[in-house]
Amino acid sequence: MSQTIKLKKGFDINLAGKATNTTHNIDQPETFALKPTDFHGITRPKLLIKEGDNVKAGTPIMYDAVMESVVFSAPVSGEVVEVKRGAKRKLLEIKILADKEVEFEAYAKHSISDIASLSREEAVDKLSKGGAWVNLTQRPFGTIANPADSPKAIFISGFDTHPLAPDLDYALAGEEQSFQAGLDVLKKLTDGKVHLNVDGSGEVLRIYSAVSGVEINKFSGPHPAGNVGVQIHHLDPINKGDIAWTCTPHGVVQIGKFFLEGKYDTSKLVAVTGSSVKNTGYVKTYSGALVGKLVADNVEGDHNRFISGNVFTGESVGEEGYLGFQHTQITVIPEGDEEEFLGWLKPTTKKLSFHKSIGLLSFLNKKEFTVDTNTHGEERGFVMTGAFEKVMPMDVLPTYLFKAILANDYDEIEALGIFELLEEDIALCEFIDVSKNDLQHILREGIELIRNS
Amino acid sequence: MKFLQNAFDSVKPHFEKGGKWEKYYTLYEGHRTIFFRPDLVTKKTGVQVRDAGDLKRMMITVVLALMPCLIFGMWNVGHQHFLATGVADATIIDKFLIGALKVIPILVVSYGVGLSVEFTFCVIRNHPIEEGYLVTGMLIPLVMPASIPLWQVALATVFAVIIGKEVFGGTGMNILNVALLARAFLYFAYPSQISGDVWTYLGDAQAVDGFSGATVLAYGAEAAANGTDMVTAVAGHWSAGMFDFMNMFIGAIPGSIGETSTLVCLLGAAILIGTGVGSWKIIVSVFGGAWAMGLLFNAVGGDNSFMMMPAHHHLVIGGLAFGAVFMATDPVSAAHTELGKWIYGFLIGVITVLIRVVNPAYPEGIMLAILFMNVFAPLIDYFVVEANKKRRLQRATV
Repeated sequence: MSQTIKLKKGFDINLAGKATNTTHNIDQPETFALKPTDFHGITRPKLLIKEGDNVKAGTPIMYDAVMESVVFSAPVSGEVVEVKRGAKRKLLEIKILADKEVEFEAYAKHSISDIASLSREEAVDKLSKGGAWVNLTQRPFGTIANPADSPKAIFISGFDTHPLAPDLDYALAGEEQSFQAGLDVLKKLTDGKVHLNVDGSGEVLRIYSAVSGVEINKFSGPHPAGNVGVQIHHLDPINKGDIAWTCTPHGVVQIGKFFLEGKYDTSKLVAVTGSSVKNTGYVKTYSGALVGKLVADNVEGDHNRFISGNVFTGESVGEEGYLGFQHTQITVIPEGDEEEFLGWLKPTTKKLSFHKSIGLLSFLNKKEFTVDTNTHGEERGFVMTGAFEKVMPMDVLPTYLFKAILANDYDEIEALGIFELLEEDIALCEFIDVSKNDLQHILREGIELIRNS
Repeated sequence: MKFLQNAFDSVKPHFEKGGKWEKYYTLYEGHRTIFFRPDLVTKKTGVQVRDAGDLKRMMITVVLALMPCLIFGMWNVGHQHFLATGVADATIIDKFLIGALKVIPILVVSYGVGLSVEFTFCVIRNHPIEEGYLVTGMLIPLVMPASIPLWQVALATVFAVIIGKEVFGGTGMNILNVALLARAFLYFAYPSQISGDVWTYLGDAQAVDGFSGATVLAYGAEAAANGTDMVTAVAGHWSAGMFDFMNMFIGAIPGSIGETSTLVCLLGAAILIGTGVGSWKIIVSVFGGAWAMGLLFNAVGGDNSFMMMPAHHHLVIGGLAFGAVFMATDPVSAAHTELGKWIYGFLIGVITVLIRVVNPAYPEGIMLAILFMNVFAPLIDYFVVEANKKRRLQRATV
């Protein structure tokens, strides 16, 4: 049964720099990179190429020895110019010097009716050998889905409520057919349902208007209503022993294209957002693009932070960094590494805050906020109570979970709901935390404790 | 403010590693962050932007909410003084000045001693200076009688900060409300200076005929103990109208410096609730619990005339309002879960009235009730958390 769920808890932040619905022409970056660090749980990465090799888009270039059947493919065609490693030879980036014209590795093409007659095994085999499989994320733990598992359901959040989120109606325009094909493939992967959760407060996006064969649920409310974790919690929560998979709409499109067109196509419209961007909008590029190139000559000021993703869950990669695999957005905001005289006390309507303590008058300001990366305070012990609960539309007790993780209390961590959470689900708690703790890091620590236990 | 930054910068090398005052770095940093919001930025992963609120702002909001109590308290100290000494033509300024003369030294001792202890621990343990004492330092004077010897304030502060907080690890780690612990310490260590006829500052002046500095709670305890008629005793008070409901609500009655007025406590509550810093659930449930228990006593009746006092009087006498608004809402020592807060507050109200009415040894109940419930708050939370875990376990299949 499709459900309509209205969430009350949460907090929307209104930032300056939303992407306008225009696509800018840009010179494609020279280099692209696949970053194993974009995926959780890769423990023994093995390279299938070496520096100097030529690859096509879709050529397998890496796999994880722990899950050998799943390969990671090159996002573009060109020459592998660098395999960058960090401390203890940790694999950080595989850089590819891109061809002017991207060539694709040829995989089998399927018509819609072919897809209908595919078996699960065939679908799994094709996806994992072609590289599109890595779009599937497993819950709990947020790792790449294991083809050997059979998930109880697959969840797709059809909307994004993060700050400055891209307009999916614009970003995915014209991909209706691929999207439907992707859903048809996903349906084969589970014995349960495929849930497509759409924004219940707005109009149904064009891409979803003719979707068939899946459960369409409506969610409305402030952020994090668009988070798939929150949606799963309300539809079919994950308990110990359960496995569910999730996929982003972009991932579904990529899977669909892989079958329909027989190519591993990582091209996407990436939203260029943030208050430091002169002309916001979209740029067409491929996964793993060099960030600096996507915003070349389009940034104001010279002291900015370049974030792959959004300001809640993204990663600061710098101009020389690369777009994350799951990211469809770049955010550029000013760095805030300056002292401010009595900055903790001055009354202001310009500083964004969930709280209303003395002088924080942002609730009176309905305009868009320009924020920088300053922490607005130092790290402290947990003092404030009840605040996390106000922004957490799930029946979990975040503070107790964090404390259990800090105490390495395995039983308690499990009992308090670690299986239901990933970093993005508590990012808002981290944002509003007056004690400035790194809650996403703490949660990941807990997830890894349980995953490896 | 460049010159101030420069001044801090110029002494910074002495406090950094290898400098001559290296071990006092935390003091340097603590003072710098009072003047300047630090230049820290978010990490590479995790949230890239942070809320503008921090613990400093939260704590200063509580201090702000306490200001009405402090100002009213200063006035009331003077007001009670002139009332007791029979000076009818004292102006509001006169009253305020007398009050300030008694209250400010207590305030100075509380902050001076408390911060010294905090700083000492920060240096010893090399942890940053935290903001918790901003509030504690203000709370301690407000729950003291105006006549308290300053050395006792100092001793109580040292005890509360060390035994109540630092031994547990500092701000955010304490089990008991630190300010209440200071008062409880004096209550048990030096009872004669903090109970009985201590609430009115007389100075060298002679009190008027029939003067008694007792609070309405003392009358209540006496009535409960002797089986006398409390309502009549209070009505025949030396100062006519002293214990009328309205006067008790406004707070022109004897009592600790900042806690006599329900009206200004509610003003503080409005600030705490409006800013979201204090839990409205706790405040409402403390009042609710006290009222419910008062009603229950009214229904039971019996020969204890204190039981017959109208239930709503319980809400305006003693330190109930102050305790409910500023002490019970301490987020660290209160219950942490939202459901737990309702239970915690309600029980504080119930126990307060219980102690007041049936325990003749302790005329004031709120202080002990809060400390008592501080100890039980983790247990309440335990059951709420267990219920949450159980819900999750019920739907699990493994």
